[in-house]
Amino acid sequence: MAQPDSGTVTLPDYQQERIGSQIAEGEVIKSARPHALSDVVFNYCPGCTHGIVNHLVAECIDELGIEGRTVGIAPVGCSVMCYDFFNCDMIEAAHGRAPAVATGVKRVHPDNIVFSYQGDGDLASIGTAETVHAATRGEKITVIFINNAIYGMTGGQMAPTSLPNQVTQTSPYGRDVSAAGYPVRISELLATLDGVAYVERVTCDSRQHIVQAKRAIKKAFQNQIDGIGYSLVEVVSTCPTNWGMTPQDSFQWLRDNMLPYYPLGVYKDVIADGFANAAEAALARATDCPIAQQQKED
Amino acid sequence: MSDNTQAAEGRVLMKGNEVLAEAAMRAGCRFFFGYPITPQTELAAYMAKKLPQIGGTFLQAESEIAAINMVYGAAAAGARVMTSSSSPGVSLKGEGVSYMAGADVPGVIVNVERGGPGLGGIQPSQSDYFQATRALGHGDFYMPVLAPSTVQEMADLIYLAFDLADEYRTPAMILADGMIGQMMEPVLLPPARDPESLPAKPWATSGHRGERAHNVVNSLYLSPEKLEDTNRERFARYEEMRARHQRQELMLCDDAEIVLVAFGAASRIARTAVRDARAKGIKAGLLRPITLWPFPTKAIDEVVGAGAKRFLSVELNMGQMVEDVRLAVNGRADVSFYGRTGGVLPTPEEVLGQIERLATGEERLTAGEMSNGSARATVMGSVLPQPTDRKSSYERGE
Amino acid sequence: MARIIVDDVHCKGCGLCVSACPKGVLALDGDRITPKGYHPAKLVDPDNCIGCSSCFITCPDVAITVVR
Repeated sequence: MAQPDSGTVTLPDYQQERIGSQIAEGEVIKSARPHALSDVVFNYCPGCTHGIVNHLVAECIDELGIEGRTVGIAPVGCSVMCYDFFNCDMIEAAHGRAPAVATGVKRVHPDNIVFSYQGDGDLASIGTAETVHAATRGEKITVIFINNAIYGMTGGQMAPTSLPNQVTQTSPYGRDVSAAGYPVRISELLATLDGVAYVERVTCDSRQHIVQAKRAIKKAFQNQIDGIGYSLVEVVSTCPTNWGMTPQDSFQWLRDNMLPYYPLGVYKDVIADGFANAAEAALARATDCPIAQQQKED
Repeated sequence: MSDNTQAAEGRVLMKGNEVLAEAAMRAGCRFFFGYPITPQTELAAYMAKKLPQIGGTFLQAESEIAAINMVYGAAAAGARVMTSSSSPGVSLKGEGVSYMAGADVPGVIVNVERGGPGLGGIQPSQSDYFQATRALGHGDFYMPVLAPSTVQEMADLIYLAFDLADEYRTPAMILADGMIGQMMEPVLLPPARDPESLPAKPWATSGHRGERAHNVVNSLYLSPEKLEDTNRERFARYEEMRARHQRQELMLCDDAEIVLVAFGAASRIARTAVRDARAKGIKAGLLRPITLWPFPTKAIDEVVGAGAKRFLSVELNMGQMVEDVRLAVNGRADVSFYGRTGGVLPTPEEVLGQIERLATGEERLTAGEMSNGSARATVMGSVLPQPTDRKSSYERGE
Repeated sequence: MARIIVDDVHCKGCGLCVSACPKGVLALDGDRITPKGYHPAKLVDPDNCIGCSSCFITCPDVAITVVR
């Protein structure tokens, strides 16, 4: 899957000796680690889907040829140290504030490609205001949202997206919706906002779904390159360690419980709806509002 | 002088808050992120109007927290950027300021103070002295804090704040109050600088363009030794700031036995009280800190050395800077405090009453000594003109 | 004829590649321990690897190189 149509696949420099020396003459590399990833070993637990998504993001950066003008924003959570994993410029943000930091970066360098990579606690709890407002402002950024229904880094507490009756460290009798409320469906929520160009929910429990996830992530980056508007990809993910399962079993739990609550699919796509960008779609939605229809003179 | 400075006499009558905005743009600031709050509103409104005209960006954020994090992002991307707020809003910015300090990202934060705690009031106050000089956000850090007392100083000090922030890679604060912010005075604006002409920031996360290794702006250090090293390096920069950037104005301190210490709006009242005390033959003087951090300890030493016996800290709070005065005086003289809080301003008469109380039993000047011309303000290490000669430092070619 | 090379620096022995392989040609190598202390993935049936890259795509540590 790496660089499928872009010709020769090559190893990153740091693997030339380690891996390259094991490749015989005449053998051709079919799939290799993307160049946008550094040699730093992910700090994720074995079998954690964060790594799969980090891989996809790096492949998209490679394939779009944008590493040199990309700035990534790391969150607080398990992916806090992803500033070490990507070879593009990176900023570590305070918990939940990645969309605001991304806004600052994008406003200074509109031609740069700015993405935030955030988990559910970061994006859907402490950073909900920043998320909703970056989206409604139509910030031309790309947001990768990892929803695994738990706080992983702090050891498995209830997340805003933890399912009803899900047992966590802070919902030891199961999430009691009468007290703790209901999970937040972020893709559905954001799809209602005018600044949003594209929202899709994907997962990564199988080859087929990972390929689909990559297509969505690439589109979210392409939208930014084309100036279409805010794009977010929610990746329904696992946390084998804090769910207390093997990586394989956690995929089954995801299929059994997560996907029925968080259905996969495209929740908004202004291009597919026939608009040039989010702004045009927003205008069409307010045809009866004269003030919203006023054209700005440049 | 650049073409952008005003012609002829060059002075314009402007409101303090607007001067902060105008001078920030002249310092090369092209990005402003803020949230509405009284009494700093004119600053944001001015930015909203003017920044788009010079290719800059004004953005009203969803919260103070978002605003300071936008500042963090824009600053990390290499821009000169600022935010402004008033006391309750500045509390919310504490998180972002701590991250800026921890990641060595420069930026300017304006606090046009109002009364507190809580929602407090909207009248002038200096009750955020501790917050500004000690604890704006968690962790081991300081930042330069500049306290204007005139509209001219609003211009001069925000200009300086941007330079200090960039030079030391630190957030920097303007600690003003509603009185200076709302007041109109003639001001000579500093020359406009092209942001492109400012020193490069090779550490910025602006996209590596395939020309360098990737940059990371970060405040996370999981190794205690590494975090300690990072903090020690930052504190070395703080020491340099303490050595090089203490600023204050001394007025009538050469022979003063009673020295008032006051900044910002309080210093304007104290100045009148000191003059009135001199008229009554009391050897009073005024030490006006311009940098609240670093606190002008060297000037305190000097004044103690010159024979000051009593210090009176005059503040618009319940007594905050007085602690720094005590630390600097270190037992060599008496230190007392007089202040009003909640937005109430003391009258010069009230302050004079305090001076007279302290002076009881002190030797008084004779009328003859008063008229010998020694009653003249001196400015030490200040970008400010002497009160009797209100020329800006730019006009004087400094 | 295709095969995979596992980068021991990155492999954490989670076994997701083993379950993802449609031909069942991968296993965790119980005889070896990586510098990080894991049993790494191994191609145990080289003749039947079809080079489909399912393991590469699924690997959360991007430890696999596929050649043919």
